[in-house]
Amino acid sequence: MTGLEIDGISKRYGDVVALREMTFDVRPGELFGFVGSNGAGKTTTMRIALGVLSADAGEVRYDGVPVTHETRRHIGYMPEERGLYPKMKVAEQLTYLARLHGMPAADARASVGKWIERLGVAGRRDDEVQKLSLGNQQRVQLAAALVHEPRILVLDEPFSGLDPVAVDVMSQVLKEKAADGVPVVFSSHQLDLVERLCDRVGIVRSGQMVARGTVGELRAGGAVRLRVDVPGAADGWADGLPGVKVLGRTGPVTELELGEGADDQAVLKAALATGPVREFAREQPSLTELFRSVVTTEEVAA
Amino acid sequence: MSTPDVRMSPTAAVGLVASREISTRVKSKAYRASTVVMLLLIVVGIVLIKLISGGNDADSTVGYTSATAPLAAPLKAGGQAVDEKIDTVQVADEAAGRAKLADGSLDALLTGDGKSVHVQVKKDLDGKLANVLQLVSQQVAVNQQVTALGGNPARFQAAIASAKFVEDPPLEEPYDYNGQQLVLGIVAGILIYMSLLLNGQSVAQGVVEEKTSRVVELLLSTIKPWQLMAGKVLGIGLVGLIQMVVIGAGGVITGLATGVLTISVSAAVGTVVWLIVWYLLGFFMYSIVFAALGALVSRQEDVAGATMPALMLVMVGYIVGISVLPSDPGNTFAEVLSVIPVFSPTLMPMRLAMGGVPVWEAVVSVGLVVLLIPGLVWFAARIYRNAVMRTGAKVKLRDALRAA
Repeated sequence: MTGLEIDGISKRYGDVVALREMTFDVRPGELFGFVGSNGAGKTTTMRIALGVLSADAGEVRYDGVPVTHETRRHIGYMPEERGLYPKMKVAEQLTYLARLHGMPAADARASVGKWIERLGVAGRRDDEVQKLSLGNQQRVQLAAALVHEPRILVLDEPFSGLDPVAVDVMSQVLKEKAADGVPVVFSSHQLDLVERLCDRVGIVRSGQMVARGTVGELRAGGAVRLRVDVPGAADGWADGLPGVKVLGRTGPVTELELGEGADDQAVLKAALATGPVREFAREQPSLTELFRSVVTTEEVAA
Repeated sequence: MSTPDVRMSPTAAVGLVASREISTRVKSKAYRASTVVMLLLIVVGIVLIKLISGGNDADSTVGYTSATAPLAAPLKAGGQAVDEKIDTVQVADEAAGRAKLADGSLDALLTGDGKSVHVQVKKDLDGKLANVLQLVSQQVAVNQQVTALGGNPARFQAAIASAKFVEDPPLEEPYDYNGQQLVLGIVAGILIYMSLLLNGQSVAQGVVEEKTSRVVELLLSTIKPWQLMAGKVLGIGLVGLIQMVVIGAGGVITGLATGVLTISVSAAVGTVVWLIVWYLLGFFMYSIVFAALGALVSRQEDVAGATMPALMLVMVGYIVGISVLPSDPGNTFAEVLSVIPVFSPTLMPMRLAMGGVPVWEAVVSVGLVVLLIPGLVWFAARIYRNAVMRTGAKVKLRDALRAA
């Protein structure tokens, strides 16, 4: 079974290209992290997947079949622009939204009870949404995405504006949903959270997917760095080693980047030749560093 | 994993949206208060008219002594001739009569010996009563002359009364406008104008509320734009209709019950039915335009400006109607405008309530609006779909129409 597939989506606003052949897929039971700088096209992609915007080209499929209005009722969506009726009561509003997603009235009410309990807003069920704190409004918004028991989750910045407790509840809910076999895609600027939660990550820049894979794969694809602590070495000890670039030296520690064809064992030999080596570490870049390098290098290249 | 059935017919989607609009509005204090206030205004207004004009059945009460008794009958008859209802009451003597004048139970007292007409009032003599008294005194003078010439005043008066001219049938049958129906027409015009204004604005404000609160994106991820728009228009239209029926029926029932309204029940019901038909036609025609215009802006403050062009049309129809029709119900300019779709919702119900509208005009005006509505739906749905997701600055009408 294939999950949610975004296949070659393009979108222009006049002369501005918002998306260029955006392609990725989210498998059932997978948490997919969608990262990219502001204006990179994450929100536009999600809006197109939800049918709120139309694409100029490309296709969105679920289970191998193009997504229709019916399929979209199975999606739990959290728009970037949070929005609920400010003067409607919490429970009433959630019931209405569940019913708009095709849920029968009785099921909708039961589900509302369950989710407001779970998300900790049960005590406010008969309050108008506008009377809730911003944090609680976020929880209600999340309940709105979950209340109709969706089979697909598309969440735009679900963690922004949440307190640490809510972040934990949210993470837990997303993991459970994925464990149930729901494909989950969410965008976020909190990269540590993405790194911890997601099975796979897609990095988007200027409307294009520029890197995609598990966090491990992405790290492996990045340049390998070495951290060598050689107190007795003179400056320039590593110069001339093939494929090795010296990034800098602070005190006894030298940072190196290994290019193509470089041999870390040759570096170690050169280091030992200068005297004792206290530390020799191979460093994998964090997602934040990867993100930064992907976004900045490409921007220079463009 | 279970696969819930989420199929929903367009009707179900529209119905769901409409029922939210209805329950939100019916529960709101503003709606309940405005309905009660409007109903009270109409009922109280009718009761006041009743108290002012008909508190005492007669327009004036005139007292007479035994000496002036022969004048009482001609006075009553003379009053009838000029549509003035005069009650006559005998008093013991002039002193007793003056006491009654002073306490207000008599409007005028016939004094003297009855050979000529003498009248006394508390302060001012009513103009109409004065005219009648003038007629009576002339009659008295004529009777005296007839007697002096040896004739019989009774036979003379009978001969005068029976003399009538005969009118041949007119070339063109004029419509006899009834004063009450004119008033009914004015009231119908005011009601429909207020309803279009209030409910039309409600639609535009509802659209902007969804846009401002951004809830529209969540809604449009489940249902189509036209379903959202149609549900809103239907819901608000129904709520407005309930208000209209309550007020219209309340007014007519009070009018008939108090006797202020003396037109036939069928004419009154006809007016209410036409009012409802035209409210529905006018509301659907204008509210879909209001919905589209509302979608162009993102802030409640901008709603008035955006809906102004459509509001102007409603206002022009109403102003022409209210300023021309009461004095000249057959006015040709108003007659022509009342058949043109954009003006007919305000003008036609006024004319229909006043009466004298040829059947073909009523049919053509309804038909034109019915024909126009599908076109407007298409036009409005296009603007709405293109503009409703664009927040920020006001979307230009041309851009909204052009974007695919």
